[in-house]
Amino acid sequence: MVKTRSIPNKIADYVLLTLLALAAMLCIAPIINNVAISFSDKAAAAAGNVYFWPVKFSWASYTTIIQDSQFMKSFLISLERVALGGAINFLLTVLMAYPLSKEKRDFGQRNAFMWIVVFTMLFSGGLIPWYIVIYNLHIMNTIWALVLPGAVPVFNVILLVNFFRSVPRELEEAGVMDGANPWYVLLKIYLPISVPALATVTLFTLVAHWNAFFDGMILINDPSKYPLQTYIQQMVVQTSNFSLLSPDDVQRVNAISNKTMNAAKIVVSMVPILVVYPFMQRYFVHGIVLGSVKG
Amino acid sequence: MKTRRNSFYYYQMLIPGFIFLIIFHIVPMFGIVIAFEKFIPAKGIFASKWIGFDNFTYMFQLPDSRQVFMNTVIIATMKIIAGLIVPVIFALALNEVRLTWFKKSIQTIVYLPHFLSWVIMSGIVINIFAYDGIVNAFLGFLGIQPTMFMASNFWFRPILVLTDVWKEFGFSTIIYLAAMTGINPTLYEAAIMDGASRRRQLFHVTLPGLSTTIFLMTILSLGNVLNAGFDQVFNLYNPLVYSTGDILDTYVFRTGLVDMQYGLATAVGLLKSVISFILIVISYKLAEKFANYRIF
Repeated sequence: MVKTRSIPNKIADYVLLTLLALAAMLCIAPIINNVAISFSDKAAAAAGNVYFWPVKFSWASYTTIIQDSQFMKSFLISLERVALGGAINFLLTVLMAYPLSKEKRDFGQRNAFMWIVVFTMLFSGGLIPWYIVIYNLHIMNTIWALVLPGAVPVFNVILLVNFFRSVPRELEEAGVMDGANPWYVLLKIYLPISVPALATVTLFTLVAHWNAFFDGMILINDPSKYPLQTYIQQMVVQTSNFSLLSPDDVQRVNAISNKTMNAAKIVVSMVPILVVYPFMQRYFVHGIVLGSVKG
Repeated sequence: MKTRRNSFYYYQMLIPGFIFLIIFHIVPMFGIVIAFEKFIPAKGIFASKWIGFDNFTYMFQLPDSRQVFMNTVIIATMKIIAGLIVPVIFALALNEVRLTWFKKSIQTIVYLPHFLSWVIMSGIVINIFAYDGIVNAFLGFLGIQPTMFMASNFWFRPILVLTDVWKEFGFSTIIYLAAMTGINPTLYEAAIMDGASRRRQLFHVTLPGLSTTIFLMTILSLGNVLNAGFDQVFNLYNPLVYSTGDILDTYVFRTGLVDMQYGLATAVGLLKSVISFILIVISYKLAEKFANYRIF
């Protein structure tokens, strides 16, 4: 639509491209720095000489991690949590969103249920009562403490309700004409055409389960049962934070603790996200726009 | 007649989810009575002594509580403002780019941090702002003395805001980019006909076209004034920066689960829940009235 660009316009274009590229690079620079440290020689990393490229390249920290049975165990617990929690979330999100997406004339109590669901999202009893309830259910220290309290991802239910409401009624009516009951309509009509939205909410819950650390920290008392993010939080983040007391302390702690190992642990815990990220990206932009910005 | 039969199936579908909602969301709401008790876990909720508003009175007398409340509001407000401005500017800039591959690559990169946990991000943040980290190395290159950033009450809040923007601005950009695709292309054609430069198109077509979305996001962010970000603060702070960094959620965690003052912690949490709830309801009402927005 624009024919030719004048020279000042072209310069402005290049300035813009450079600024955007710079912003994007700044965005991942800290991550690259961390990766570089993880592949560097211990001494170079401790001395703070590593920037964006490994100094004296070394796999040592990764070979050590693989032999660290606690780290690997936590990794597996996190995978188990993602699989189990993701499946429960998927099932319950779909089962709640479908009835709630119906109009009032099709499902009289719809609005009452919807308000209860929204209310649970907006108001909570707070940390202590929540903790006491879970404590009394005797599921602490088990995987169930990590997957059951968040079994219904309310925000995702609302996203999916909004998506289901955009499905043309005629599709459902055609099914009902043929004598289909709501279960059949949901499974055979709604689910197949909702793949982008379902993929979006599923990926959100998988990422949320992988990234959660707090519930692991307070609901799991036995450190050998920690999911990965809790393990990292306790072993890497918390200890490195207390090492900030004075420059002398930093020197001392650096000598004992291992910068490259910590960096490598962070990298490994990022890997699953980086693996699914390219697949997610295709869907989530589309999915979010469909679910949240209407009209 | 048909409707009634269908309702039966809808109840079937809702039951499992509602069982979980009741157990893990509704039942804990009754637990707020702990805020009015001298709660002793061994005695339980029913046998613990009822003390009325004593926990609240005590809370208001504590020197910490005022500080914590102010920290929360200040940090959250700074984050809300930065979190509104940066994504809008970034989306406007990205919208000017005509090279599709370049636009896509930039988006891919800036969305990424949103998907990493605050545990991972904090591990990285603490490293780069460490005394011997890359930020101090860069400052040293400019001839500036190294600083203990993570132990500095002066720097802690700016770092919270900066790293929050780092993690989330790319993702918020999606909403504005989506809103831009909704702007009627004939408006641009008309503007070009009238001889508008790209800068004028930006100010007279794109920005007005975005104003509803910007306004909506501003209203909705109101509800977050007491949410300063537990995961982030919890992973980044340490006792040295409690005076500027301790927020309501971290305070509830420490008084409740670490110091085991259950009644006090529940009272603080309840106050936060109630104020937040009121703010969210107000912001949703405003959004519905002025921007025609509904949650469902």
